[in-house]
Amino acid sequence: MKPKVAFFDFAGCEGDQLQVANLEEELLTLLGQVEVVSFREVMKEHSDDYDIAFIEGSCTRLQDEDRLKQIRKNAKIVVAIGSCATIGGINALKNYKNLDEVRKTVYGENAKLFDTYAARPIDAVIPVDAYVYGCPIDRTEFLQVVKSLLLGKKPDIPNYPVCVECKKNENICAFERGQFCVGPVTRAGCNSCCVNEGTVCWGCRGLVDNPNENSHKEVLIKYGLTVDDAIGKFKLYFGWQEAKR
Amino acid sequence: MKDTKNSEANFEVNVHHVTRVEGHGNIYVNVKKGIVEKCEWSIPEAPRFFEAMVVGREWSELHHITSRICGICSIGHTLASLKATEAAMGITISEQDLKLRKLALHAENLQSHILHVGFLALPDLCGVGSVIPLASSNPNEVKTVLALHRTANDMSNLVCGRTTHPQRLIPGGFSKIPSMKELANMRKKLQESIPKIQAVADLVKSLAAKLPDFKRETEFIGLTNPDEYALYDGQLGSTDTGTAPVKEYLSYTNEYIVPTSTAKWAKHARDSYMVGALARVNLNYDKLTPSAKKVAEMFGLKPVCHNPYMNTIAQLVEIVHSVDDSIRLINELESAGLQPQPDYHKPEIRIKAGSGVGAVEVPRGILFHDYTYNAKGVCTKANCVIPTNQNHGNIELDMKALVPTIVNKTPKEIELSLEMLVRAYDPCISCSTHCLNVHFV
Ligand code: SF4
Ligand code: SF4
Ligand code: SF4
Repeated sequence: MKPKVAFFDFAGCEGDQLQVANLEEELLTLLGQVEVVSFREVMKEHSDDYDIAFIEGSCTRLQDEDRLKQIRKNAKIVVAIGSCATIGGINALKNYKNLDEVRKTVYGENAKLFDTYAARPIDAVIPVDAYVYGCPIDRTEFLQVVKSLLLGKKPDIPNYPVCVECKKNENICAFERGQFCVGPVTRAGCNSCCVNEGTVCWGCRGLVDNPNENSHKEVLIKYGLTVDDAIGKFKLYFGWQEAKR
Repeated sequence: MKDTKNSEANFEVNVHHVTRVEGHGNIYVNVKKGIVEKCEWSIPEAPRFFEAMVVGREWSELHHITSRICGICSIGHTLASLKATEAAMGITISEQDLKLRKLALHAENLQSHILHVGFLALPDLCGVGSVIPLASSNPNEVKTVLALHRTANDMSNLVCGRTTHPQRLIPGGFSKIPSMKELANMRKKLQESIPKIQAVADLVKSLAAKLPDFKRETEFIGLTNPDEYALYDGQLGSTDTGTAPVKEYLSYTNEYIVPTSTAKWAKHARDSYMVGALARVNLNYDKLTPSAKKVAEMFGLKPVCHNPYMNTIAQLVEIVHSVDDSIRLINELESAGLQPQPDYHKPEIRIKAGSGVGAVEVPRGILFHDYTYNAKGVCTKANCVIPTNQNHGNIELDMKALVPTIVNKTPKEIELSLEMLVRAYDPCISCSTHCLNVHFV
């Protein structure tokens, strides 16, 4: 019997689900191996009987925790896809603000109706079995993760910094060009794609497990940058991870 | 829910989280003794507070952050963001970069429209729940749609460096540009897609009788431009009130809060207005390419068309237009001679305090970003008005007008008509709740 899979989205932009749609022909092949039973964005049918749940987006309000717990109960394997789901992602930028103020300014006296709390990754609410990093996810990496899961294997996700890939690609380092880059502490796996396209690493895949802060500090000192510069840049994607450390 | 026809019926239609749209929206209809007691469109999606998030961030990051409002319209959000930043600081871009940006916008318009027409709307016309069964019942058609989708994504990749959340688009221009050879190759793919689009149009035409014949007069708003079919730039246009400069957008959008929705709603000259492909075709029909007009004629789509279900057809018309116009843009880039630029290009920017508005037509309609920067180039205030927010009011009023005319049908048929109505707007709800006006200092 084909394993049943379901897709769910919380606070995110649906860019990761779009990468699944962007698999195009490969998606048709994948559909030969799994049965999609729930994917609100593309299908009307829905079932609570599934083996693998893919979750996009962060949890940003208490009322969504129940839905997550139900998914955890139904699924054998829970996979977080994208930065919002794996590390809190760009949503965690709001955690630096006073949330009551945010709500009141938006909804005035109706503030109580519209609940919000610090944006968090899925594993802050329920246990997660596998992670597909990135904002958005890379569709080839997604396929690889799905294939390993179908084989009952643990997906192989790099735990070294983007710099390793970036140097292999022979890019001119952003620091040399006078720009700031968080590649030295960010988890690789994207083939340093943003730097290859002429900009910098913004940190979307999150911190590596044990970031080497000393070597990062050395880089900062070498280029006359301060820790404050770094903290500002870290906020973009590492908000939740930094708060936890 | 009983599936019987009865004008004396008491029933409820309660569609929790409409499928095959982006984000979460609910339909609630309550009929007692054949009379509609309640008819409601609500948005329960979790808000993300982008306008608060960008306050305190630097000018060079705003487009990166606001791109994440919506994965489907990420190129459009990036461009509206860049235009707002550039307007605030008086930054200009070259003719060549302007053409490349227009290509980027066409690429997104193509990808999004093909996805909507082929994967999200077609299943309703074929009477199935998703595109998945179509893959085995109509494999050739599905393959054609997939091939078109790939071409559109190839174009995003080529111009933006990625299909979703572009990397090369930066304030003042591009960090990297494609070569003329790559562009010529793209032109070939675009030319090859023309017969495929015709095949999709023929397929939709054979099913077009399933599109409900429903009409409710409303106002259509979008960009308009005397020189071209307005997508990247233009003035504000309304089918009711004529044109106005973009910086007056607030007097058009007039956003307000509805307690049942985490998204804001909008109104202008009437109780609601519509934005998107149908609004653009209604406002700018004359500027469509001849073959795009032919597709419009195929379906009897003429301005001003007041049937919201025709939005899907308007998207089909725009698919043709975007392909034609992309080929034209590549031809122009070629005859002008593509100017190379150094790798890791970072345009020289003179940071200064100021405010600026950027408006762009994205797949679902007109999008505004409005930023204020201090002298250090740090954002102090932001406002984004999203297409789907501008459509919510129109969707609900359409429902209110539609339900009494179909109240004698079975609840199932009513539910489908309502769902199809919502899907015709191709709403991007995730996007619409991600932007709420929050003003911090
Ligand atoms: S991780 Fe990025 S692409 Fe995915 S939902 Fe979040 S913002 Fe969108
Ligand atoms: S710091 Fe950034 S640009 Fe430099 S090598 Fe590392 S990833 Fe590449
Ligand atoms: S280079 Fe950095 S920001 Fe870009 S995709 Fe890789 S991890 Fe994300």
